[in-house]
Amino acid sequence: MSDLYHVSSSPHVRSKDTTGKIMLYVALALVPTSLFGIYNFGWKALLLMVVTIASCVASEWVYNKIIHKDQTIKDFSAVVTGLLLALNLPVNLPWWEAVIGGVFAIIVVKCLFGGLGQNFMNPALGARCFLLIAFAADMTNYVTDTYTGATPLAAMRNGETVNTLDMLIGRTAGTIGETSVIAILIGAIFLILMNVIDLKIPASYIITFAIFTLLFGGHGLDANYLVAQLCGGGLMLGAFFMATDYVTSPITPVGQIIFGICCGILTGLFRTLGANAEGVSFAIILSNLLVPMIEKITVPRAFGVVKEAKNKEGGK
Amino acid sequence: MNKNVERLYNGIIKENPTFVLMLGMCPTLAVTSSAINGLGMGLSTTVVLVLSNLLIAAFRKVIPGGVRVPAFIVIVASLVTMVQFMMQAYLPSLSESLGVYIPLIVVNCIILGRAESYASKNPIVPSIFDGIGMGLGFTVGLTCIGLIREILGAGQIFGVQILSLDWFTPITIFVMAPGAFLVLACLVAVMNIVRKKMEAKGKPLAAPSGCLTGDCSACGQSALCTGRSVTASADANKTE
Repeated sequence: MSDLYHVSSSPHVRSKDTTGKIMLYVALALVPTSLFGIYNFGWKALLLMVVTIASCVASEWVYNKIIHKDQTIKDFSAVVTGLLLALNLPVNLPWWEAVIGGVFAIIVVKCLFGGLGQNFMNPALGARCFLLIAFAADMTNYVTDTYTGATPLAAMRNGETVNTLDMLIGRTAGTIGETSVIAILIGAIFLILMNVIDLKIPASYIITFAIFTLLFGGHGLDANYLVAQLCGGGLMLGAFFMATDYVTSPITPVGQIIFGICCGILTGLFRTLGANAEGVSFAIILSNLLVPMIEKITVPRAFGVVKEAKNKEGGK
Repeated sequence: MNKNVERLYNGIIKENPTFVLMLGMCPTLAVTSSAINGLGMGLSTTVVLVLSNLLIAAFRKVIPGGVRVPAFIVIVASLVTMVQFMMQAYLPSLSESLGVYIPLIVVNCIILGRAESYASKNPIVPSIFDGIGMGLGFTVGLTCIGLIREILGAGQIFGVQILSLDWFTPITIFVMAPGAFLVLACLVAVMNIVRKKMEAKGKPLAAPSGCLTGDCSACGQSALCTGRSVTASADANKTE
């Protein structure tokens, strides 16, 4: 009886989704990519994943302990951050550099700004960019026992031709998680079916990037080049798993599309004009910084409020 | 406490320009890529600061209030030009690596800040010690940042390789611009912890220091002053 008359303030309709559940789905969606990474690059890939996940979870635990906050490691967000970070690292990276990356992601990017929900950029990508600047040589060393050549993007930049079928399946050099487009898409479809992400950000991101490459890529309407650009590098991983991070992407539908367009244009700019062949991670974290502004200009109009009245109220 | 010693302590610890007042951030972030650069920048600023405090304190009764800032700038700019020529003559390599930041000492907020808030209201001797204290505080701050950045970013201390490159991979981000922000933020955090602990022990460090007269209307430090501790520090001075 008492349940029936339970009185509380709104919201009254609650979803069963918790942070932990959503993060678990994301981790599950990353399983095909991780497995393919281990298959493709060997046990060292597995070692790197274990090291980054352990360092992320441990640094979150230690930070909460020192600051006397409630432990938040049970929501799996540190696990997802660690796994995403590992998927963004080349397999040859020394393990202690990966540990530094994990600590940076959790302590500097996430916890110092107030923990999950307050971080201004994607922790895994923030750490990847930190490592990319800090250990430039190790982070761009993609030579393994199996692959001696450059990544497909770097090869294309040097004017070599690439095998797009290999890039779809993932038999190329690159970071652990970015090579196989098929494995990433399996995870992405799972996330879309489970309603964890929707297509607005990834679709606008990829379409904008495709249009940008067609217009300014310098290869005209070369379908082979376009497909290779779409499948190469971290574009797919970034578009489906990093750009869609709830905390660092806009909540308004229009804002999400603007955010995707920003990511697409920036990625295109970095890839065509930048010093490196790849620019997805920098594009996404720069767009992350634009999110507060995007949300401010895309506040949806309340039902029944006429536009003039809204202007008179000074935008409140 | 002796007023001159108090000025030194104030500049180096209590109101350290780098870690507490957060003044002069431009050279702090830009030239501290190595310890020697930080030390050189700090010492040249100290020289200018001491001399400018001396001159401004000496002329404080002559300079009309309405044009005091242009007058300060003329004094500081002349001193900086002298320091710059001396460095080019005797320390050409350091002058090269500090580059444009030596002439920029003219607009360093520490120097104008001390001129405005201390030297223009106080006699010559305390002003000199104020300049030494603030200058050394700035030097200590810059050298600390430079040391940490140099060790992490290149494995060196004052240009000497102490971490062998056989096993140490330099974290190059620390000698680049982002490293300056990271190191500065960490050191400020450490300084805040230290200050908090000292305050808990009953040494109130947050009190504004320029307030030695207890006269709020003559005080230029309204931005720093919380108002609460003014009477307390004035009383403390009286009892001394």
